[in-house]
Amino acid sequence: MDIATNESCVKTELQSARRYSRVKFYDRLTRYLFLTCAILMTVIIVSIVIFVGKQGIKTFNDVSLIEFFTSTQWQPDTGKFGALTFIFGTFALTGVTILIGAPLGLAGAVFMAKIAPNWLREILKPAIELFVGIPSVVYGVVGLTVVVPMIGEYLEPPGYGLLAAAIVLAIMILPTVISVSEDAIRTLPGALEEASYALGATRWQTISRILVPAAMPGIITAIILGMARAIGETMAVLMVVGNSPQFATSLNMATSVLTTQIILEMGHTPFGSAWNNALFLMAFVLLIITLFLILVVRFAGRKGGMAQ
Amino acid sequence: MMKKFMDQGTTLFFWFSGLLIVAILVWFLQYTVGQGWSHISWQFLTTPSKEMDAGGGIGPELFNTFYVMVLSLVFSLPVGLGAGIYLAEYAPKSKITDLIRLSTESLASVPSIVFGLFGSIIFVTGFKLGFTILGGAATLTLLNLPVLVRVTEEAIKAVPFAYREASYALGATKWQTIYRVVLLSALPSLITGINLVAGRAMGESAILVFTAGLSVSNKMLDFSLFAPGETLAVHLWYVRAEGLVPDAEAIANGSAAVLVLVVLLFNLLIGIPSRILHRRFAGKVG
Repeated sequence: MDIATNESCVKTELQSARRYSRVKFYDRLTRYLFLTCAILMTVIIVSIVIFVGKQGIKTFNDVSLIEFFTSTQWQPDTGKFGALTFIFGTFALTGVTILIGAPLGLAGAVFMAKIAPNWLREILKPAIELFVGIPSVVYGVVGLTVVVPMIGEYLEPPGYGLLAAAIVLAIMILPTVISVSEDAIRTLPGALEEASYALGATRWQTISRILVPAAMPGIITAIILGMARAIGETMAVLMVVGNSPQFATSLNMATSVLTTQIILEMGHTPFGSAWNNALFLMAFVLLIITLFLILVVRFAGRKGGMAQ
Repeated sequence: MMKKFMDQGTTLFFWFSGLLIVAILVWFLQYTVGQGWSHISWQFLTTPSKEMDAGGGIGPELFNTFYVMVLSLVFSLPVGLGAGIYLAEYAPKSKITDLIRLSTESLASVPSIVFGLFGSIIFVTGFKLGFTILGGAATLTLLNLPVLVRVTEEAIKAVPFAYREASYALGATKWQTIYRVVLLSALPSLITGINLVAGRAMGESAILVFTAGLSVSNKMLDFSLFAPGETLAVHLWYVRAEGLVPDAEAIANGSAAVLVLVVLLFNLLIGIPSRILHRRFAGKVG
């Protein structure tokens, strides 16, 4: 009798010990699984840089570095691969987009954070988030059927060009600019605002001299994230920019940017040809620009951390 | 007096900008859905598209859109959740953690066309698959991952620390605490985040042009992973830009309306239950 209970006691103890070690084992296993998943992020970004870069660098077997970055002669048939037109186009497009989108987005963010009544903010926030989910081709179609004819009518037909693309992109980046800068303004310590009002400042003085400067790192982050989106956008731009490899001397003429030129010509070029490699190099340039912007965002974020 | 006048003037200006933004958004929805609404019919949604003649539908494209999205979620969810959990629960303050965070942020800003080219190097020319649903979904995974990691990390960090302490106090291990307590209370925000990712995956086109291709399988509802997989967003661009069918504009408008409606529906169908869940979980603890 005694021995039997003793035995079962030992048995359950053994079982619980075994169970304990199994639980311990799972605990450690999952930890390493999660770590692997996280490290995979680094592996992916590094392999993208390596694969796209390696393919792109091969361009320099046929074209000199100086020609690629400074010539506007893009004539694949005669072996001329000067990408300046597209690089300039990308920067010009991004610049004009920010000029239109950033002030409007910032005004919207201030409105949502400090001026709109609560019920309106409750509606606006999900509505704006919804717009991040609208596919870029849909923006492109609207640009093609509304913005391009409009510009054609008021300026000069047919209306394709950087201006049309910038208007479409400005609408596309609005949600990003608004939600990130609104967060930055709303999460400022309330004491800042109260102190300003206590000194007799009006709401506008408080916003323009206290809140916006204090939220500047966040606002800059918002604008740079918008820029990154504008630089990388392909389909919406493709449908309104006119797609002609000529250097844009006005905002209202058909031209091409890095992304659109890649997607237009990729399908016609055999993998490994000089033409194909040049397109990969253009993609690599895009990648480097956006990675640089991310570093700037990090820097702006760190400065913001110090200021607070 | 001037000060007061200035203040009222700018208030007016901010209201105007706010309403302008709302007007743009409302007009946008109304315009896209309004333009294509008359073209949407059961026949349009279910019949295959045509190369040359009028009257083609978007059946296979619609199917591929969902199929590629679901597959890309199947690929990206385990890894994205895992990495997000690691960053929120385990990651020590170290150089490696910094590197992982920087990588995730960088990945989030990579232009989709660059993902597309990378996918075409790996799947189309590397594994010699050609344009396939599998290659498209796998490349799309790269777009999903950084967003998933971020929303997972944020959702998990928002769970009150007392929940974890209570779980540890009962003798639970870290992993038991994570999957029985933390993940469960983070579930509503996780669902919202996954919803966001799914919406983006359905609308993506630049990635899929060079990986899933511009054609569809000639079988209806082809679940083969190696079939070509043109999605609705890609079809919309192709028809509008290069299509030869006489009713290209009507098809494009119809497809645009369908895409917008699908995104709206997705938000309503998943957004509302997740809000109810949230109320139930958060309500009990108060």
